[in-house]
Amino acid sequence: MTEHLVLRVISKLLIPPILLFALYVQMHGDYGPGGGFQAGVIFGAGLILYGLVFGTEAMRAVAPPRLLVVLACLGVLLYAGVGVASMIGGGEFLEYGALSADATHGNHVGIIIIEIGVGIAVASVMTIIFTALAEWR
Amino acid sequence: MVTLRNLLAAALVLGIYSLVMAALWVVLDAVDVAFTEAAVGAGVTTVFMLLAIAATGRHEKIAHRRPWLPILASLAVGGLLIYGTLDLPGFGDPEAPAQQHVAPHYLEQGEAETGVPNIVTAVLASYRGFDTLGEVTVIFTAGIGVLLMLGIVRRRRAGAGDDDDDTGERE
Repeated sequence: MTEHLVLRVISKLLIPPILLFALYVQMHGDYGPGGGFQAGVIFGAGLILYGLVFGTEAMRAVAPPRLLVVLACLGVLLYAGVGVASMIGGGEFLEYGALSADATHGNHVGIIIIEIGVGIAVASVMTIIFTALAEWR
Repeated sequence: MVTLRNLLAAALVLGIYSLVMAALWVVLDAVDVAFTEAAVGAGVTTVFMLLAIAATGRHEKIAHRRPWLPILASLAVGGLLIYGTLDLPGFGDPEAPAQQHVAPHYLEQGEAETGVPNIVTAVLASYRGFDTLGEVTVIFTAGIGVLLMLGIVRRRRAGAGDDDDDTGERE
């Protein structure tokens, strides 16, 4: 898609705000609509837009599939790891209250960490599926 | 009856349908669901559909026989589902079981117990944290499944200087 000047320029302008908005949705999920899942999809959509306009080879440079697979695993492990950490802290699996002396504070911290795990996993998986589909012949 | 043989148009119609559904969720005050519907249904899924169409074909195969069995099956399942909705409590009915069970506790104690003002996040991430872990695992499995079937990581050619992210030709 090298000839579409308008698309390329507008995408370059739009992608940074999209990625920034994804981070906002990620961190603001406690207070407003959104959360890790939505943030992951939006972040993935930003990367997918880049891939659509500039091609999958450019996308591979930005988001190497090997790294994405590691990140997807890391996201799920981060979530499950919080569960194990709460067990070590003396609670049940995923009982975040055990993460801190104050149960409410522990809950809040646990939610933030698992949402980050969800976001990382979802963003990586969306990008993986896009790259796989786009390169499949 | 409107029929579309052009799959490209069908995919776009599906995306528009998702966007309209997202607007409907907003009207029903389910902004978190609307957010997801707009981002996943109207956004990413449409792109995936378009990519799948680009990889296969743009037009539906013309069927020589009328697909009576699938039509009957869809009508029967749709009818059953509509019949099932007749027993549902009215929209927003305070006496509905869903409003009586644990929902009052979440609404009243959610912020005090989790420190998170957004009840949807509190329920999804904390009260129903195990379910959400399952959902993330489902998404992860979907990604792994696509990787196994289509494969993008294995393109490490002998003699390629860099890692898999260099410009590798397929053939």
